[in-house]
Amino acid sequence: MPRPRAIGAFIAAWLSLSAPLVRADWRLNLPAPKSEMAARIYDIHTLILLVCLAIFVVVFGAMFYALFRHRKSAGHAARHFHENTSVEVIWTVIPFLILIGMAWPATKAVLDQKDTANPDLTVKVTGYQWKWEYDYLQDGVKFMSVLATPREQIENKAAKGKNYLLEVDEPLVVPVGKKVRILLTSNDVIHAWWVQELGVKQDAIPGFIRDTWFRADEIGTYRGQCAELCGKDHGFMPIVVEVKSEADYQAWLAGRKARLALAAADADKVFGVDELKARGEKIYAANCAACHQADGKGLPGVFPGLAGSRVATGPAAAHIDLVLRGKDGTAMAAYKDQLNDADLAAVLTYERTAWGNAADAVQPAHVKARRD
Amino acid sequence: MDAHATPAASVRHGPPTGPMRWLTTTNHKDIGTLYLWFAATMFLIGGLMAMLIRAELFQPGLQIVQPELFNQLTTLHGLIMIFGVIMPAFTGFANWQVPLMIGAPDMAFPRMNNWSFWLLPVAGGLLVGSMLLPGGGVAGGWTMYPPLFLQGGISYDLTIFAIHIMGASSIMGAINIATTILNMRAPGMTLMRMPLFVWTWLITAYLLIAVMPVLAGAVTMLLTDRNFGTHFFSAAGGGDPVMFQHIFWFFGHPEVYILILPAFGIISTVIPTFSRKPLFGYASMVYATASIAILSFMVWAHHMFTVGMPAAAQLFFMYATLLIAVPTGVKVFNWVATMWQGSISFETAMLFAIAFVCLFTIGGFSGLVLAMAPVDIQLHDTYYVVAHFHYVLVTGALFSIFAGIYYWLPKWTGHRVDETWGRWHFWLSAISVNLLFFPMHFLGLAGMPRRIPDYALQFADFNRIASIGGFVFGASQILLLIVILKCIRGGEKAPARAWEGAEGLEWTVASPAPYHTFVQPPEVK
Repeated sequence: MPRPRAIGAFIAAWLSLSAPLVRADWRLNLPAPKSEMAARIYDIHTLILLVCLAIFVVVFGAMFYALFRHRKSAGHAARHFHENTSVEVIWTVIPFLILIGMAWPATKAVLDQKDTANPDLTVKVTGYQWKWEYDYLQDGVKFMSVLATPREQIENKAAKGKNYLLEVDEPLVVPVGKKVRILLTSNDVIHAWWVQELGVKQDAIPGFIRDTWFRADEIGTYRGQCAELCGKDHGFMPIVVEVKSEADYQAWLAGRKARLALAAADADKVFGVDELKARGEKIYAANCAACHQADGKGLPGVFPGLAGSRVATGPAAAHIDLVLRGKDGTAMAAYKDQLNDADLAAVLTYERTAWGNAADAVQPAHVKARRD
Repeated sequence: MDAHATPAASVRHGPPTGPMRWLTTTNHKDIGTLYLWFAATMFLIGGLMAMLIRAELFQPGLQIVQPELFNQLTTLHGLIMIFGVIMPAFTGFANWQVPLMIGAPDMAFPRMNNWSFWLLPVAGGLLVGSMLLPGGGVAGGWTMYPPLFLQGGISYDLTIFAIHIMGASSIMGAINIATTILNMRAPGMTLMRMPLFVWTWLITAYLLIAVMPVLAGAVTMLLTDRNFGTHFFSAAGGGDPVMFQHIFWFFGHPEVYILILPAFGIISTVIPTFSRKPLFGYASMVYATASIAILSFMVWAHHMFTVGMPAAAQLFFMYATLLIAVPTGVKVFNWVATMWQGSISFETAMLFAIAFVCLFTIGGFSGLVLAMAPVDIQLHDTYYVVAHFHYVLVTGALFSIFAGIYYWLPKWTGHRVDETWGRWHFWLSAISVNLLFFPMHFLGLAGMPRRIPDYALQFADFNRIASIGGFVFGASQILLLIVILKCIRGGEKAPARAWEGAEGLEWTVASPAPYHTFVQPPEVK
């Protein structure tokens, strides 16, 4: 018996050849699976699609036959039967049996999807409006992953790149062939972490930890998107997973740890204002500009502006506290666990000195003093 | 539609004229007309929003609307189409047709009937008007999931009030309809002799009474979380955001059937008429409708397969959902059997009914695919889901409303429908609606999330096709308006029995139906 996936591929190929509109790069089906679970989902989908197609052809074959042959305009006279218990029983029981046949493979898949035991690697993923944080719990490596598509491309001022809206600055990196357990939570609203080729999607719920898992079959780059409406930039928080060989993965991990050590040294330094401003501008663009806007004017009525604002031009302590702890009941997040002292000092300084603001600069030591 | 205020009727019970007639009316026909025009107005507003959405999605990049406005448009489009179009339109049908079909002089509570209609424009005004407030309209999705819904501005509170008001209106309407059906049937019309449309509305009324208070509770908890420091849905205060989803979908899934059971009733009326043959399996249709209604309370969490429920819960909701396919299948088989060996003619009402059977079934099949929990993991919150519920609600519920309008317009206006214009409306709608929604299946399978204002380049071609289909579908609805206005203003006079194969008490009264009908109960043999 040919595998259902082969049949599905055949149907897709046939569709793409038969209709002149349909070009080869128009995807009609789920993407080629890159994990065992994604492959099973693909096969279950194909099976159900074929069952549905068969039922559709039989039922609507009968209906269109009747529409054609039993027309009034063809002189057909109506026959006045209107009840038949055995027919009713037959078309209640047969669908029921078909459904049982369909539920069986799905049941096994559900049980395996839920089996997150014995992972080789555990990564904690936290959703933020509108970015992802990856925390390699065993290795102490933690970083943010933000959309890398330039604003000009989104606003149609530059040609769109190949991976438009599906590219990030720092992808999640995992080794090939290893069971990766994903612990999911969120810092603000509900997000959903979804990589289709790996067959994994799980909501990130603030205040709760949910888990899921995947095992990538092939080295490569796999792209997904947030799947749960999470506010203004829901469409702009992609997920990129880079699957590497074990050796490449270890090399990447070592490089990451070295960068962490460098960042830690920054915390005790005293920086020049221009140095802080330059660094802060980048951090502002990645973390703050989505709401407060690149020009610091915010969105009236939704997100407050920072240019000339009371907080950004007032005493540093209050400004530091607001950014560290966020503001309850608003979209303003707490950044104390998202950014280190040096980065916070840089972005605070930028906010206090850009767009005509003329308040005093903030050093890493000031931030450190106001933590806890 | 002054046509049915015949002089004879006004002598005995003259309604006021002008606007006061509509404001103070307790007549089920007037109120039915009001409901239908309200639905038509909201359909125009919600439809224009859909046109803007499709215009923005015509190509990648942000062109016409910014993400904040885009989210408002998708949210309000959903709320308006569900609460402002489909539900009021079906209530309008119930007001017009239920008393006529069961031989009752009016609804059981005529004054409450007036009140339940006039609440609706207030709610609709709050909802649409909130877009003009600082911060813009509600943008958290029609499903209103917290914590996102807790972040918004004043328009979110107004939306909650609008939903409260619409819920009160629906509950009053449902009580009125259920009471009318149970107490005011003509002598001899036993329950199992009622027209199927009346049956489906009786069951729908019970669903409404059961779940609208649940929705009211859910949005009230949102209101107190937003304004009074409760933490029902916030983990920081011991609450749980997922609890909202459970409560919401405990309302939301029966709501899906509230939006489709009256459609089943209309289709079960239209198909026998134009097949010139009684409905096949009347009793099994009643039992199937009741089974669907009961099962609808047990499947809510299939909207939540990705929130991370335990395996046992995933499996329970998957099995229960699959089970709904059985009674739904029975209905489709019965419709096909009704047409089988009939003497079929293809008036516009019948064309929409046939399209309903075919296209609603496509929506049913994609529902079956989504019911499989592992597959839903890949398709949840994608355009596949958007395709699914638009097949069920547009080519399902909305097409049944079109079928019902074409079917009963002669009874309402006293004039025959212009079938030429009607056919144009049908064929343009039927072709464009598939151009609009069928490619969305492919988009979802290929991985396009729903509710995004901009998308990756691989989704561009199908989005363009869908947008073109959308614009044609939107424009085609102008034809419907023309058909209705033509029919009201004049045309060939319709006899009491406007269709050759029509059965039922409503066809025993004159066309247009006099202002007061069945003052003396008819005999049902």
